[in-house]
Order: sequence, then C-alpha cells, then structure tokens
Amino acid sequence: MPANAFNGRTDYGIGIGLRVPHYGHILEQKPVVDWFEIISENFMCGGGRPLEVLDRILEQYRVVQHGVSLYFGSTEKPDREHLKRLKALVKRTQTPWLSDHLCWGSVDGTYTHDLLPMPYTRAAAKRTAAKIRHVRDSLEVPICVENVSSYAEFHASEMTEWEFLSEVVEQADCGILLDVNNIYVSSKNHDFNPYDYLNGVPHHRVGQMHIAGHTKFEKYLLDTHDHPVLDPVWQLYAHATRLCGVTATLLEWDDRIPSFNEVHDEALKANRFIAEAKTARKQTTAHARAR
Amino acid sequence: MPVRADSLRGLRAFQRLVKAAVTRPLAPGYRMQHRWSDGRPMASVAAEFIKPNDRLTSFARLEIYNRMYWFRIIDSLYEDAPGLRAALGERKFSRLAVAYLTKHPSRSFTLRNLAFHLEEFIRAEPRWTAPRTALAREIARFEWAQTVAFDEAARPVVTPADFARANPARLRLGLQPYLSLLVLEHPVDRYVLAVKKRDTLRAEASHATTSARPAPRIRSVPLPRRERTWVAVHRLDNMLYYKRLEAPAFKILTALREGATLDRAVAAAGRGVTPEQVQAWFALWTQLGWLCRRK
Repeated sequence: MPANAFNGRTDYGIGIGLRVPHYGHILEQKPVVDWFEIISENFMCGGGRPLEVLDRILEQYRVVQHGVSLYFGSTEKPDREHLKRLKALVKRTQTPWLSDHLCWGSVDGTYTHDLLPMPYTRAAAKRTAAKIRHVRDSLEVPICVENVSSYAEFHASEMTEWEFLSEVVEQADCGILLDVNNIYVSSKNHDFNPYDYLNGVPHHRVGQMHIAGHTKFEKYLLDTHDHPVLDPVWQLYAHATRLCGVTATLLEWDDRIPSFNEVHDEALKANRFIAEAKTARKQTTAHARAR
Repeated sequence: MPVRADSLRGLRAFQRLVKAAVTRPLAPGYRMQHRWSDGRPMASVAAEFIKPNDRLTSFARLEIYNRMYWFRIIDSLYEDAPGLRAALGERKFSRLAVAYLTKHPSRSFTLRNLAFHLEEFIRAEPRWTAPRTALAREIARFEWAQTVAFDEAARPVVTPADFARANPARLRLGLQPYLSLLVLEHPVDRYVLAVKKRDTLRAEASHATTSARPAPRIRSVPLPRRERTWVAVHRLDNMLYYKRLEAPAFKILTALREGATLDRAVAAAGRGVTPEQVQAWFALWTQLGWLCRRK
C-alpha cells in the first residue's frame, strides 16, 4: 500500500522538514536523507535566497510540498493568484504529491494563518471535497489532506472527525496525510480513543504520515512541534503502519529546532516500527498461506 | 441558540462568526475579552458554538485560538520590524501592532506581506507613534523594502551590448523589482543596522549567561538625527544590502523607474553632473544587476 495513486505511486521512506537553521549543514555536508518536505508558502516568492536554496536542494534531494494556506474547508473559492504561484512551484519541485490541511482559516479574503477545525457536517464535507477536486485539477498533482490538531469541538458537528475525514476524501477521491501526533493530541483534548480514529479511516487512501512532538499543559495538549516524538505517538504510528502498510513518513520539528543530526536521528526511530510492521505483515501472510 | 453549519450559507455564517471571535483583540493581560461586540457575556456567545468538556469551558477553548492568533501575527510583525520596535519601545510597538493588525488583517496567504500597509497606517493614525511619527514612517518603509529585497522576483539584466546598440532617446530601462529607492529625512539605514548589531550582541550575551563573568551592559541605539539620505535597498548574490546614493544618481534611477527614456533620465540629474560620473554610475548599476528590460 505504500505506493498508491495518492502519493504519485512513489515509495518514499523517512523524511524531515526542510528548515532554515539546517540550510548550511545540508548544503555543506550533504547528509543522506530520503526526502525533504518543504512548506510551499515559504517558496512561493519571486526569487532571492529561498528559491536559490530550494534549487540547490532539488539538485540533490527529493522534495515534497506541504502547504498551510489552501484552506480546503473555507467556503470561498481558491484564490487564482495563489494557485498560479503554487503551480509554478509544483513545476519547479516536481513534487509527486502535495498536501495541505483539512481545516479552514480564511474568510472574505482575510487570513487567520491558523488551522481552524471544521464543523463536521455533511454540507462542510461536500464543499470541502469540491474545493480539493478543484485544486487537484488546477495543479495536476495528487492531493493528500492532513487531519489537524484541535482544541475545540463544535455543537454544529454531525459526525466524528474520522467520519468527516473519510467522507471528504471519498467524495474528493484524494489521499490522506495521516498525522498520528495530531490524532493523539485531539484524542486527549476531546476524550476519544485514537485507535478508533485510526481504525475508522480508509487505509488505502493514506499516502503519507506525519509524526511530531507536542506539549502537555494542565488541561490540554498543544501541537507545538518542539519536542521529540512521545511514546504514545510512536505506538499509534506503529498501529497505523500495521494498518496502512509502510508509508512515506515525515518528522515535523518547527520550534526550538535542534541540530540537523538530532532531528534526523529522531525521524529515523520510525524504522524500528516499520520493521515491526513488516515482520507482522509477513507473519500474517505466512499464516494465511498455511491455511 | 446553537449555530448551525448544515448548508453552504450556514457554513459561511459559522466561519464568519468564529473568525470574528478568534481575531478579536485581546484584553489586557493577553486574555480573551469578557464581552462580545454587542455587550453579551463572551462566555454565553462561545457556548453557542463550542462544546465545553470536563476541563475547559467553551470560553477557555475559544480563548486558546484567540490568543494563538494574536501571538502568531504579532510575533511575525515583531520579527520583520526590529528597527521600529527599537525606535518606539516594546510597549508602544505592541499597541501599534494590535491597532494596525485590527485595521489591516492579513489579506495574503503568506505572513510575509503582513507589514505591507504599515507605513500608510502610521501616516493615517499618527497617535500610535507620536512624537516619533516621521521617523516611524521612514523605518516602516525601510523595513518593508528589506522584505521586498529578500525574495521579490528578478528580471533579466541588461548588458553593455544592449546600451551600445540602443538609441538613448528611445531606450527605456527597467529597475529590478527587488530594488527599492528611498529618500529619507533620517539615516534609517545606519540606525537599523546598528539595532541589528545590538540585537545580535544581546543574543550572544544571553547565550553566555552560564559564564561566571557578568554579561556586558549593552546600550540602546541612539535615535538618528535628521539628515537627508538617498538609499537603495537591494540584494546581491541573494544577500541584502543598503547602498547610499548621491542625489543626482537617485534622480536618474527614479526617472528610469517611472519610464523615462535614457536621455531624459540622465537629464533629470540636473546640471553639475559630468558624463564621466554618469558613466561610472551606469557601470556600477549594471554590475550590481539593477538595470533590466522593461516588462
């Protein structure tokens, strides 16, 4: 299941986010990294150092684009200029798939720059799916939508978050960027079982996974991306890998960023769980054949 | 009565309401305001659309988003405006930032453009920066020019051969989109540079707090005195630079940007400029890659 239509039939391994404090190390030391994820918005500019660095990275590495401002769940139509710039970047990076969040954040042309949770309604799912299809057709690249962390639930919701995610991706016929840390954070904030979430999404649509660290406050968890991955999140990741197969995985570390090697070593811990999932899968297949 | 989102119209109304709540300015102490815009208690407004749980009320859950919104956009403006912060002081800058971002919320997919209207806002509402409004406007212009120089597009440069075969009476040259030309009443370029150096030194000093020696006392940067300066903010090899210009050189460049032909642009420099000076300027600007073909 790792290579599917939603990740451009690629078989990427473990990647990390391309972040400014690591530019020097990457460009000088050229460390072995399977792939980098870039934040599209940081490179949707006309020129200068961002694009110079990107071009040098592209000479050496595989890059996948991840966005924070398409706001598939906002009711307004995608901005044409935004899509034009994004398409130019897609051509530049040759990203095999592109991801953004299942959220909203802009209203009447103003932006909150936040990933606001959706009200989980059928009307919202229909509108969101239509917007994803529009973006995919404009950009001509497979789309994966990422579940976000949230700190609020709405009375307006008619279904669970995982039912909403499933409804959207089925209607849009798109992929899922499964963020297991976000599932864990939201499960604690909203008192649901994260394994119900993982079991409830269409596994064949998962094109990529995210892992990250978060911060515990007295009354809620915050998705801060400034820590190593916590053990319960690794356990969820292992379960997700058993369900979905070995999938392109990326560690997000966006604040209080340590050295490149520390970030990369943390990401590579995923190999342990990938190996376990592979063994479990082989055993299952062997059992099935023996029968 | 609960807010519904079971139709496109309902969803739009729902998002407008939540956005209005999330972007509402914070009360003193960086907390959410306790009254909604119509005077109702915010707790009951939040309860209309957000579920509480056993640890957090609807108000507390909404407040997480309200605080995150303001912290995020003020942080972004804060990073882009070190000079303005230094000139106004942290408290005054903070008040300016909230007033500005309330009037000019982001209308771009990127936070890079957040300060686009800042100079215009300072001019329109001088009470936030008085008595340093003139200086604040110039610093805001200068710091925006740095944003432009950092990542604005570059166009193909003109070469000496382009000059050689062109008729100066017809030739119109462009200037790179990333190049800003500023005429300033204060030497803001040196001021901002000094502020950045001081900030770097402060950061170094804070890294050294584990040392047995006391951290050095770092003085604040004195405000610039009035002195008319002509400055180009640009980039070279993708590094930011500020370049002082002589007034006639500035006039030529401005005329070129406004679409004047080459001979009219040179004439704009006025008397007292020798052909050798003009040649030297054009040679330098060509080397710096400032001159390009017009669109």
